Amino acid sequence: MPDDTSALQLVLSGDPTLFAIVRLSLFMSLSAVLFATLIGVPFGALLALTRFPGRETAIVVANALMGLPPVVVGLAIYLLLSRSGPLGFLGLLFTVQAMIIAQAVLVTPIIAALARQTIEDLWAEYRDEMAAMNIGPLQRVVTLIWDARFSLVTSLLAGFGRAAAEVGAIIIVGGNIDGFTRTMTTAIALETSKGDLPLAIGLGMILIAIVIVINALAWVARRVGERYAG
Amino acid sequence: MLNRRLLIASVTLGAALFAAPVAQAQDKSIIVASTTSTRDSGLFEYLLPKFKAKTGITVKVVAQGTGKALDTGRRCDADVLFVHAKAAEEKFVKEGYGGPRHPVMYNDFVVVGPKSDPAGIKGMKDVGKALVTLMNKKADFISRGDNSGTNKAELRLWKASGVNIDKQKGPWYKAIGQGMGATLNAAAASNGYTLTDRATWIHFKNKQNLVIEVEGDKRLFNQYGVFLVNPKRCPHVKVDLGQAFINYLISPEGQTVIKGYKVDGQELFYPDANDPNA
Repeated sequence: MPDDTSALQLVLSGDPTLFAIVRLSLFMSLSAVLFATLIGVPFGALLALTRFPGRETAIVVANALMGLPPVVVGLAIYLLLSRSGPLGFLGLLFTVQAMIIAQAVLVTPIIAALARQTIEDLWAEYRDEMAAMNIGPLQRVVTLIWDARFSLVTSLLAGFGRAAAEVGAIIIVGGNIDGFTRTMTTAIALETSKGDLPLAIGLGMILIAIVIVINALAWVARRVGERYAG
Repeated sequence: MLNRRLLIASVTLGAALFAAPVAQAQDKSIIVASTTSTRDSGLFEYLLPKFKAKTGITVKVVAQGTGKALDTGRRCDADVLFVHAKAAEEKFVKEGYGGPRHPVMYNDFVVVGPKSDPAGIKGMKDVGKALVTLMNKKADFISRGDNSGTNKAELRLWKASGVNIDKQKGPWYKAIGQGMGATLNAAAASNGYTLTDRATWIHFKNKQNLVIEVEGDKRLFNQYGVFLVNPKRCPHVKVDLGQAFINYLISPEGQTVIKGYKVDGQELFYPDANDPNA
């Protein structure tokens, strides 16, 4: 990013570097949320709807993992993806893919734990009806996820919030490479270390504004969806 | 139905994502592990576009402390290392992790501190004496404490002044374990003293009350070296592209570019690829 500019100037002048960074941040965080959803929601539903030994422990663990320290996750993924690590042959270290993996690991427990609660609450309402209709376990999972879909949006937004705000893990596995793996949060960390605090704060405001817009869009989508679903 | 649609979408996205590195492997790019001082000084933003225009090679810089950068090289996660801690570099080369090492340039360290200078070290020509004064007066000193090149230089200076800093350090000596910029932020915020490379200092925008207290002592010179990670140990190292970058840095053209990089009219790095002792 050019020197001696404020964040507002960058936005107003349509600075291409800034927009590339914003695009990358969104692509990374939304991809991570997508993968985390595909794993987390079914897993949360299973925890909510099935009974097996150790289930309570699994719930406590899933809840606790919501607080996974990003730096530790970043370091673990770094060691896995390093050329000298077990997955080094993939050549993924210092790429956007590595950052998506790290964020998906951080976001999955959040989505799983919140989805479990949502679906379990809904099941309490449906249980008798479903038992009377003699619905099998797989059908039960699908029906409940579908019927809870609007409430589940909040879990996804919680996951997106975590991903969009996160810096500790992605700066380790992505390397904060100019033009390739630099995101909003790692750019903020960089400008802070250069002592350009006004630009860092300005970028922070832009990031917060983007997160608000995403949440507003999700809210509207949910409202519209609920209306049509009747 | 929803699940199937999601599944298809995710498989497509997943395939696209993970096919990407294969496509990237064909383009000309290398990973250079370097130091926060070369990045924070702005040198790369000035030099890399010129290198790319000449060779078409994209240099992806991962800026770390020198200690971390050497570790990245040991793990085969970079093609080229561009760092500043001569003794550690020579050890790295000797242990077969990479090399040969080429000197590129130097800049110098300065001791900065608050304008009011409570310890009274301003203008001292002997950096050792200045450090001992800081210790005796228990003036706040912020240390990188991160095993970086600058951190190693600081520890070397304490040792050369006859101070065992591990024994002497107290609440006045704060090792914060962060990069140069963060350390300068901490010094500015707490009116403390610290050791910084001049390039980062000139480029740094949050100086507040900090000024240069001590400079010019020969022991404050900060030599940078560049070398390839050993392709025999690390088969993925891009030897040709990495060597092209090294050759450029130490060529007359690259050296002129380095000399030409100025901030506020001040030259930040002094090329010395031809000095066999550097």
